[in-house]
Amino acid sequence: MIWQLDIVLLVFIVICAVAAITVRDLLSAVIILGAYSFFMCLLWTEMGAVDVAFTEASVGAGIGTVLFIAAIARTARRSKD
Amino acid sequence: MLEYVIAKYNYWVYVILMMIGLYAMMGKRNLVKKLIGMNIFQTSIILFYVSIGVKKGGATVPILEGHGHGGHQAVDVATILNPLPHVLMLTAIVVSIATTGVALAALILIYRRYGTLEEDEIIAARRAAAAPKAKDQAS
Repeated sequence: MIWQLDIVLLVFIVICAVAAITVRDLLSAVIILGAYSFFMCLLWTEMGAVDVAFTEASVGAGIGTVLFIAAIARTARRSKD
Repeated sequence: MLEYVIAKYNYWVYVILMMIGLYAMMGKRNLVKKLIGMNIFQTSIILFYVSIGVKKGGATVPILEGHGHGGHQAVDVATILNPLPHVLMLTAIVVSIATTGVALAALILIYRRYGTLEEDEIIAARRAAAAPKAKDQAS
């Protein structure tokens, strides 16, 4: 566990989380959420949890983003807040 | 005291992410934003559990070599990470993607019925639909 890399990744994660809930375009918000998931998975690899990391990369970031994009394609893309 | 606070920075970020997710679930009006907040909340809890399993002093991934062939050696627990929280969180990731899928399906049904995903507009539409009925019952 390298603490410098850890802190850089944690800062990126918090930035991505704040950006995902403030962006008004829902498609952009979902893509930022995917980036958040990949940063999270990098953090877990760095912390030694490799099994959790590749499950999150395939299931959380992959399938989750696809499901969100499919739902947004069938509904509205704009958000008021 | 300050050293104690700084040494636990993973837990502080976990609390910050949890509060961001909670705010998105309670404060945002768009239903997709609420769902994104729920995702952030769940991953923050997974971050907390994975942080529990980390050990200081060069502990690595629990892959044991030389076991099963030619007798058993004792495992030095200080050299491997604690794998129990990792295994618990594998289940949590799969459960979180299942809840997201069900929530998105419900969200598509809500959009087909009301034509919007904003919470206040849905509540206004429901009130407008319920008001004539209440007037009929009163008279």
